[in-house]
Amino acid sequence: MNKRSAFLIVVTLLVLFYGVIYPNFFLVNLSLQRNGAFTLANYREVLSQGIVLEAIVNSIGLSVFTVLLCAIVGVPLAFLFERFDFPGRRVFAALAALPLVLPPLVGTVAFIFLYGESGILAHSIQNLFGLQAPPWSLQGWAALLFFHTYTMYPFFYVLTGAGLRRIDASLAEAARGLGASPIVVLRRVLLPQLTPSLIAAGLLTFMTSMASFSAPLLFGGNVRVLTLEIFTARQRGDAVMAVTETVVLAIISLAALIFFQRYEGTRKFAAAAMKGAPRRRAAIASGKARVLATILAILFAIVLVLPVATLVLVSFAREGSWTTQTLPPAYTVANYIRLFSEPLAFEVFVNSLLMSAIAAVAALLWSFCVVTLLVRRGRGKLFDEGWRRLLSLLVLIPWALPGTVVAVSIAEAYGGLSSFPGSFVLVGTFWILPVVYFLRFMPLVVRALQASMEQLDPALDEAAGSLGARAWQRFTRVTLPLVWPGAVAGTLLAFVIALGEYVASVLIFVPANRPISIAIASELRDFNLGAAAAYGVVLIVIISISMVAAGKLEKMR
Amino acid sequence: MTNDKRKMTSLLSLKNISRSFGSTRAVADVSLDVEQGEFFGLLGPSGCGKTTTLRMIAGLEKPDSGTIQFQNTDITNLPAERRGFGMVFQNYALFPHLNVFENVAFGLRARHAAKAEIGERVTSALELVQLPGYEKRAVDELSGGQQQRVAIARAIAIEPALLLFDEPLSNLDVSLREETRHELRELVTRLGLTAVYVTHDQEEAYALCDRISVMVGGRLMQTGEPRELYEHPSDIVVARFLGRNNLIKAMRVSSSNASDGEFKTLEGGHTLRFPIRYSDLSPLDQPVFLGIRPEHVQLHANGTTEAQTENSLRGNIREIVFAGATSTVRVDAAGLLLEALVLRPTGLTIDQECTVVLPQDRLTLLQNQRG
Repeated sequence: MNKRSAFLIVVTLLVLFYGVIYPNFFLVNLSLQRNGAFTLANYREVLSQGIVLEAIVNSIGLSVFTVLLCAIVGVPLAFLFERFDFPGRRVFAALAALPLVLPPLVGTVAFIFLYGESGILAHSIQNLFGLQAPPWSLQGWAALLFFHTYTMYPFFYVLTGAGLRRIDASLAEAARGLGASPIVVLRRVLLPQLTPSLIAAGLLTFMTSMASFSAPLLFGGNVRVLTLEIFTARQRGDAVMAVTETVVLAIISLAALIFFQRYEGTRKFAAAAMKGAPRRRAAIASGKARVLATILAILFAIVLVLPVATLVLVSFAREGSWTTQTLPPAYTVANYIRLFSEPLAFEVFVNSLLMSAIAAVAALLWSFCVVTLLVRRGRGKLFDEGWRRLLSLLVLIPWALPGTVVAVSIAEAYGGLSSFPGSFVLVGTFWILPVVYFLRFMPLVVRALQASMEQLDPALDEAAGSLGARAWQRFTRVTLPLVWPGAVAGTLLAFVIALGEYVASVLIFVPANRPISIAIASELRDFNLGAAAAYGVVLIVIISISMVAAGKLEKMR
Repeated sequence: MTNDKRKMTSLLSLKNISRSFGSTRAVADVSLDVEQGEFFGLLGPSGCGKTTTLRMIAGLEKPDSGTIQFQNTDITNLPAERRGFGMVFQNYALFPHLNVFENVAFGLRARHAAKAEIGERVTSALELVQLPGYEKRAVDELSGGQQQRVAIARAIAIEPALLLFDEPLSNLDVSLREETRHELRELVTRLGLTAVYVTHDQEEAYALCDRISVMVGGRLMQTGEPRELYEHPSDIVVARFLGRNNLIKAMRVSSSNASDGEFKTLEGGHTLRFPIRYSDLSPLDQPVFLGIRPEHVQLHANGTTEAQTENSLRGNIREIVFAGATSTVRVDAAGLLLEALVLRPTGLTIDQECTVVLPQDRLTLLQNQRG
């Protein structure tokens, strides 16, 4: 093993140890301690409380129903837009993934403005029919499931679409040739082929729903979920309770991860050999069906865009002017001026941009260490298969765990100096948020870089070697120019998600690092709706620019 | 880089090289020598370990055991970038982010060559592969044949001490393959380079190489000049791999003269005589295989042979298969089935009696899977 490899391994292991292994171990250990003794008493106490059990059931139930609803919405849409062509298809297809880049808190705020009991829709119905009270309230199960479906159906839509594109068209044609009806083809040929995509989408949806915090906080009503329970336990200063609940949440999430991956492993899916003609989208022949499909697409596009449009509208509303009218009556740009002129408001932007940038760049640099160890093929292989699996598992853990868990584990492990060697304090400092952002979103960067690296033909590196290029020359002159678009695209994604991060931030932020999401929540609490919306809009603009840049980079690969 | 003097010792020498991947032995105890200025072929079916052997010569793979010597220096543990061998990869491995000029200049830049020298050498390398003026092109704009030439230019631009080819023509279509083959041989000879060339295509190996090693199942079966391999395969596996062959199961029967083998075929019970080397003497009454190429089997319609020659058998024509330039005739000689290749099957009909002659100098005694 040469010096360079040793350096890579040391850096990788240090980060994984201090960022993943130690905090999680600390957390579990803490949950098993009471008065210095090793005991299960905390769990007995937590699990004997009706409210906690209810939260566990609610969290799991919410996630299961979210998965089902998202599948019901996302899969047919993917079929419609991937298999058929009709006017308006492109418009919707371009918008379909929009909710994915909307920070959950911003989406929640937009929903309150649009669908809330004093939102635009409720007001317009109330004013139209002269009702005494708002026709509904955005509360409880229905509100949560509605919001979850809106924000998470793209997992099913995008992954099913990708799966459909990968399926060899000749498979369906062969089945038809053997006398199978279209329904049989769908059930016996297409759906089995789609299973990996559906499992992946189900997993993503379940985990995201399990970790969901903003929506239960703002319109969960009496539906208490685990993330919320942990938050309130910490707010009341009941650290032991919070830690124990956090471990329970972590266990449920990891169990779901294992469950989904197990299922994936039980079935074999032949990689479609992409030969022959790729499937073309069929034009819908019937005139009525075409009109129907087009209207459907337009309606969906409106549903998708409406929350964002509402946010933009409200961001221009004069503070305090919007009461019982359908739409805000008075408009101004004062909200935006305040955002950029008031030092406190501006500082929030600086904080978020700085912390997200630090986290994203650190993730990019570190991912080169990890990925070099993960994908190194052929000569100089450092790890065997087992070690590589363990390594990728450790990298994946912070992503699989809800943000709440990551935040609590770091806050507890680095809350004060301990006897542990190399111990340091993060709680109360500026650095705690960049560190948590880094841990939560580095798996995205590692994944993106790993994908780029794996696409790289190993013969290129070998060719460079046979032409006399040393390791460093091969890296800078061959590997780096070929993988950086993918890596930077992944980094931008991590950056924009960190920018709107709320779940973890709300647990551990300090005045020195107050991020945008915290500012939005506090403006909302003070009924400064315009200001909250304006923050959201600026966030969306930054995210959109970054995503367009990331998309351009992806195409360069 | 001219071979003014042929050295007494070989340029490249592999000694007892082995390499395993997991539990599969990809290369087992391979030893071979390549002379200065030689075009050396490694021929074998896919998965026989020839590419692994080449990669070990290139330094891209380390042998588990054995040594590799180049100009009498042990290079077994020398990394690829310090060997100075040019390699042409099967998929060309051109750098997609660099244009043609930069691809060819890559090795020179890695050596920090002067700018003027780089320009000069790239230009001359591109001229050698008949791609002058292509410097500014992106590699993905080029056809397969052109990419192939760029890959060769890139390898020769560093003035390699040894040029390695890993099935470089297998991605080209047939007509282009034959044309490129010819140019490649000419180029290597003109530059006085030594080349090791891996291929599974025996015709390609015959046309290009001065000497060929046949590899099967990770072992080196036989090394020799193309003609020698074709006509006198030492081994049944080699004989099977190198084109169609009549394999005759026989037993050596007693013989007064040790260098004159006398065999009795198990099918048909014919007696065949031909000279064999003393070292090849197989034990008596042990089944062995004799080989003869279909084109060396002589066929005479009855009555046309004047005298009874050695190794002539009576047979009956069973099948005549027309295949363009030649025809294959299948003959049943009292239970021994033989194939003969004839230019024109005139005068031959099915079910006709005939005489089959197996010339003494064409018959080969085949070893049965050594080791």
